[in-house]
Amino acid sequence: MSNLVLKYTVDNEDFTRAGEASSDVKKKLKMMGVPPEAVRKVAIAMYEGEINMVIHADGGEITVEITPTQIVMVLKDKGPGITDIEKAMQAGYSTASENIRALGFGAGMGLPNMKKYSDEMDIDTVIGVGTTVTMKVNI
Amino acid sequence: MTIADVKRLLNAEILCGKEYVSKDVHTACGSDLMSDVLAFVKDQSVLLTGLCNPQVIRTAEMMDIICICFIRGKKPEENIIELAKDRGLVVMTSPLRMFEACGELYANGLSGGELLE
Ligand SMILES: Nc1ncnc2c1ncn2[C@@H]1O[C@H](COP(=O)(O)OP(=O)(O)O)[C@@H](O)[C@H]1O
Ligand SMILES: [Mg+2]
Repeated sequence: MSNLVLKYTVDNEDFTRAGEASSDVKKKLKMMGVPPEAVRKVAIAMYEGEINMVIHADGGEITVEITPTQIVMVLKDKGPGITDIEKAMQAGYSTASENIRALGFGAGMGLPNMKKYSDEMDIDTVIGVGTTVTMKVNI
Repeated sequence: MTIADVKRLLNAEILCGKEYVSKDVHTACGSDLMSDVLAFVKDQSVLLTGLCNPQVIRTAEMMDIICICFIRGKKPEENIIELAKDRGLVVMTSPLRMFEACGELYANGLSGGELLE
């Protein structure tokens, strides 16, 4: 069986739509009969990543590849990049504005949470060019 | 208790998902910060919140939360309710404030559930 590849465009114009891609992936994985624990890990990790693409970058592209043994999410944006990844990975560190906080986000828990819920995570970032976050969840 | 019990205890009005009120719930959480719900919640079935935007529904969806109660009489806009309907969630609104709403449910047997470090 060939691997299933899903592609999404995340736009940053409309905060209310953030999470649509993650929602669709969750629905599809459930339908495919992927174990609930793996579905939940993917959903939470991807949703945090998708929110970051909207609030910290200018949106971007998400590709999700589903293989028989793992789910690979690649979140690619053309945002400002992350200056200090080590700092960004710390729980509680956030550069989010007061506006974002009023929307219920910006507690600085996103990246640590993405790390926690994925079995492998890699961040590739270039200042002024963009960030690509790759997360893998084993099935 | 069931979702119907939650509705009764919180003196709440159901906005969607009436067909699911006989579902059992054992744990709940209360927060206006979806970031915290995503980071610290595990297996909770009820979310109490004063935040009123579509990301509340999405957060619940990702966390497998089945019942959302907006407190302090907040009523979400129709698009938020539509989203919840589509996801098969129960949404209600209660006149109680956060502290009272949590206290009411806790006193009647709902727990905070397992703590995530
Ligand atoms: N895709 C991204 N592009 C640019 N900066 C980012 C991106 N994702 C995260 N960051 C930076 O890392 C910080 C920490 O991210 P995170 O842990 O998700 O917390 P929060 O989103 O609550 O700020 C952000 O405040 C931001 O400065
Ligand atoms: Mg974040």
